[in-house]
Formats: sequence, structure tokens, C-alpha cells
Amino acid sequence: MTTWRPDPSFYPSPRMAAKAPKETLAYVAAFDPERQRPDAIAVVDVDPASSSYSQIVGQVDMPNVGDELHHFGWNACSSCLCPNAPHPHVERRYLVVPGLRSSRLHIIDTKPDPRNPQIVRVIEPAEIAERANYSRLHTTHCGPEGIYVNALADRDGKAPGGIFLLDHDSFDVLGQWEMDRGPQKLAYDFWWHLGHDTLITSEWGTPDTFENGLVPEVLLGSQYGRRLHFWDLHTRKHLQEIDFGEEHQLVFELRPAHDPTKAYGFVGCVISLKDLSASIWTWYREGNQWAVKKVIEIPAEPADPDLLPPVLKGFNAVAPLVTDIDLSMDDRFLYVSCWGTGDMIQYDVSDPLAPKETGRVRIGGIVSRSTHPKASNGALNGGPQMVEISRDGKRVYFTNSLYGAIDPQFYPEGIDGWMVKLDVGDNGGISFDDAFFVDWPKGHRPHQVRLEGGDCSSDSYCYP
Amino acid sequence: MMDFWPWLSLAGLGAFHGANPAMGWLFAVALGLHRQSARTVWLSLLPIAVGHAASIATVLAVMVAFGAVMDLRSLQLVAAAFILAFTGYLAIYGHRHRVRVGMRAGMAGLAAWSFLMATSHGAGLMLVPSVLSLCLADRVGMAGSLSVSLAAVAVHTGAMLTVIAAIALVVFSWVGLAGLRSAWINFDRLWTLGLGATGIILLVW
Repeated sequence: MTTWRPDPSFYPSPRMAAKAPKETLAYVAAFDPERQRPDAIAVVDVDPASSSYSQIVGQVDMPNVGDELHHFGWNACSSCLCPNAPHPHVERRYLVVPGLRSSRLHIIDTKPDPRNPQIVRVIEPAEIAERANYSRLHTTHCGPEGIYVNALADRDGKAPGGIFLLDHDSFDVLGQWEMDRGPQKLAYDFWWHLGHDTLITSEWGTPDTFENGLVPEVLLGSQYGRRLHFWDLHTRKHLQEIDFGEEHQLVFELRPAHDPTKAYGFVGCVISLKDLSASIWTWYREGNQWAVKKVIEIPAEPADPDLLPPVLKGFNAVAPLVTDIDLSMDDRFLYVSCWGTGDMIQYDVSDPLAPKETGRVRIGGIVSRSTHPKASNGALNGGPQMVEISRDGKRVYFTNSLYGAIDPQFYPEGIDGWMVKLDVGDNGGISFDDAFFVDWPKGHRPHQVRLEGGDCSSDSYCYP
Repeated sequence: MMDFWPWLSLAGLGAFHGANPAMGWLFAVALGLHRQSARTVWLSLLPIAVGHAASIATVLAVMVAFGAVMDLRSLQLVAAAFILAFTGYLAIYGHRHRVRVGMRAGMAGLAAWSFLMATSHGAGLMLVPSVLSLCLADRVGMAGSLSVSLAAVAVHTGAMLTVIAAIALVVFSWVGLAGLRSAWINFDRLWTLGLGATGIILLVW
């Protein structure tokens, strides 16, 4: 149903969105790595004035087991106010929740009771395979032509992965998005510059190279994703490929500037085969082409091999493993999750080609096992992973699990889930909110966090 | 003496289109903001008006052609059937359409976008009753119908252009876009209701 007025959570520009009311609820994807019980979307109370602050106050279980809930998103967002494709009277009320392993897509209604969301539609993998020829659903974004969902593989679990479209009202699968994919084969993340009519995709691998964990031969052979692809958002044609070279593997999370007039963004590279370092790269316009530059390098830390998992023992070092990044709404601060060392680092990226570190906290980590004031256990495992920033940039939330089959490669004793929150200083600087620590119920591990009404990685804007 | 009301309704519908952010003023303002240029706002309004005019002119041309081979009552029923069918389509499928024009649109792209927006909303269909009544009142024949239709396009587009220019000026120069969040009422729903009412009036008139 359409409404008479635009959804109050839509904002024309990121500047206006930064003035949105504070979120009171967070939705968190949680999955069972044993694939014995259903995965769930948990509802976490993030209102400091509430008596149930920092507690899970609701949960919706999936109808099946083994989905591996991973990333998810809203059916509609601020891009509905764009002038060339206006849909301002759609409601932001449904969460679009894919299963990365099952290829099943769940539509969850948060409106009647935001603390008790309900599944209203389940799209089975066969329907997605039939209509779009894809499987292994990954990222979703609301955008100009409805809901965009990407998939890491075709219906047979092979390359190419790509994007398909869903109608944002009926949730019908509209079909494959690409009209000319050029050399693109692998898929991981995608997002866009609405002001520059450009869509960007990154790469991971085919399911046989990640569903049983990372394959050392593939990694050392530089066969995992290492390229960015630039597309025309409207003609849906591949325009340009940038190869990061054999040294760089797992070029993952894409965070374009929120200001639609700016033509740059950041991408994290998980690991360098040369020295296990992780890196952040900026993409930007150079003449009529896109270019990239490495702007941050986070070195591996020397470590006692006895403390390292088998995959790292031979290196005598713990890799930072930058597995997620997020950019504040004002395009000023970039948050970088180092899942290996346990650091969450804040950079001032006001000059996107010359970031400066402005804050750092440590929690978990392969070797450090740093704890949190509110944790009962004195040695936390897992590390900073999926990170989400409130629209006003004052609060940062993150969880500690990466992916069911990869978690034990780096944390062999398994991961006990947690979710924490950081408070951000007015001019940068980050510190733990000592009162916020979700000791995740055993049996599930938490992954992506989405905030009520939108956050810094769910909406895109057409006006500066 | 020509009736005053059909002309007023042509102008009123033009003003309604002009006020609807989805028909162009918002696009012009967005381009102006992106390029930090008031001149871009004004320049953008012209292709938007031209695209809109081309869309309604096409529909009216088809009607005049039908009128050349059909008696008036039959023409009215055909027009009513078209309008009601279109209303049903909009009510069921909404105003969605594939986006082919982005924020880097040039002038030709803007005109094409405006043409498609006006056509997909059935903008020209809504003008049919007014133009029919003008042709009927003057018993003008084929050549007269053409000139009345051209005048209708001019009045409608002139009103639309005046309103989009006024709103774009006020929004770009003074009030900004924050008001969109509350003031952007559901024009699509109003339009669908209006189109349906027009079809019914034409049917029983």
C-alpha cells in the first residue's frame, strides 16, 4: 500500500538524514553454524533510557534451517525521493533477508510491532533460479528500480554471480539486472553513486571455494576476488574493470561517499599475499575513467605461533583481516574492522586520499582476546566484524562473526557471539559504551546489524 | 464565444502537473544542486516542458485523427474506454517504470524522461474532455480541431512551465528540499482518482 505522505525515515540528503531521531532498535542477523536450528533476526534494544537496553527483546525465526543469514536490507529507503525515479509513498517497513547458503529470500514486516517482526513472504530458491538464474544471495539495497539483491553464483552454483531486481511492493522477482556483464564473473558486494549513474561491484569466489572455508590453494594462487567492476546504473552495462593485482585478495566491502555529488568511495582488501597486511583503497574519477589508490595499509602483528590457528602458524604473525568497513553519513569518518587482530579503527577521511587515524579500540582478536567491561568472560573470541553507524554518526555497533565455514579457520575453538557499541567523540575518537554488551545466546552467531529507520550503509541519496 | 471552463481546466491540469515533484521541477532543482548552478535549473525546465508538451500533443493528435473518421459520440466512448483502461492499469500496477535517465542527463535525456513520465501518467488523456468540448462548442471541423488542440497544448504547457519555474525558483533559492518530506503528497493517487473520474464523466456526458 502506498501512503499519502513520504515515509518519515526518508531524507533528501545525507545532511538531513544525519539529523534523524536516534534509533531505539537494532535488527541483527543471527545464524546457527551447525545448521541444526533455524537462523533468526534478533531485535536488540538500543535505547539507553530503556530498562531492557542492550538486551535482545524480540526475535523472528526462519521457517527452515541452514539458511546462513548474512546481509539484509530494507525494501525502501531515501533513494525513493530521487527525482528521476520517485517512489516517495512506499513505506520502509519490510526487511529483505536472504540466506547466503540456502538462496532463500525472506520478507519480514516490522511495522505492526517493530519488536516482534513477522515473516510475510518466503521466496524459494527455485523461483529465483527460474526468474533470475542466480543463487547464494548476498547483499541487498533499495534503489531506483526497486530492490537490488546480489548473488554470488548462478543457479548451478557457478560463475557468474550478479544482481537481480525485486519489486519493492509485491516482492516479485523481476529478473536479472545485467544487460552486458563484460568480463565480470565473481561477485561479492555492490553499491552505487546515484549522482554519477554508476554502480560498482566487488568479488569473492564461487561457492565451491568458500562454502567449506577458504581454500589455501585458491588464496595463494590469487584466485579469489581482486577486481572492482564499474557499471552504468541505467543502461546496466559493464564499463570498466580495475584489477588490484595478484598480491591483493578478497577485495570486499564497498562504501561510496554518501554525498551524491562526490565521486569517490572506499573498499577494503582483506589480505595481502606478500605480508598478510590488510588495506583500504579509495576509488575516484581520473579524467573519464575510474582509478584506485591504496590509502591505508594495516600491517600484520608478530605473534607466537603457539597462539595462532593452523592457517597462520607458518607466518608467525596475526593478520589484521579487514572484513568490513563503514563510512559515516557526513563522509568524514571511516570505520575499519580488523577481525584478526581485534581492532576497530576510526580514520578521518575528510581527504579521501589521505586518511588519518583518529581512534582505535580492541576487543577479541585471534591472539589478544581483549575483553569488555560488561563481559563476564575475561577473554573474548571473534573480532570486530559487521559494523554499522547511526545516522547521526554518534554511535557505532558491531558484531564478531564472519562466516560459518571461515570462523573456525581463524578461531578454531569456535566463536561465542557478542555485539558491542561505541560512542563517538565530537571530533572523532571512539570508546566502548560500558553498559552495552550483548552476550549472544549460545547456538547462534550474530552478523549484520541494521538500525531502525536506516543507518549509514542502507540508504542512498540524490541531493547533496 | 468560446467557453471559459475548458481552458481553465487545461491550465489547471497544467498547474497540477507543474506542482507534482515527479513531473520535473524536482529534477531541475536536483541538477542545479549537483552542478551548483541556478542557470542549470532554468535550462533544465525547457526540455522538461518540451517533453511534456510532445507527450500530450501526441495523444491529442491521435484523438484528432480518430475524430476525422468517427462521429463525436463514438469518439467520446473510445476516449472514455482508453482513459478507464489506463486508470485500471495505474490502479493495479502503479506508476512504476524502468528508469532510463540518470542524474547525468543531458537536455535530450531530460526531454525524453519528461515525455516518458507524462505518457506513463496518461497526461494527454486527461485533456481529451476539455479539447472535445472546445471542438464541439465551435463545430470547428478537422482544421479547427488541430488548431484548438495546438492551443490546448500551449495553454496546458504554459501553465505547467509557469508553475514548475515558480516552485523550482522558490525551492532552489530559498526553502530547500526539507519540505519534500511532508509536502510531497501522493500526487499519483490523486491523479489516478482524477483520471478515473474523467473517464466516467466522458462516458455519461
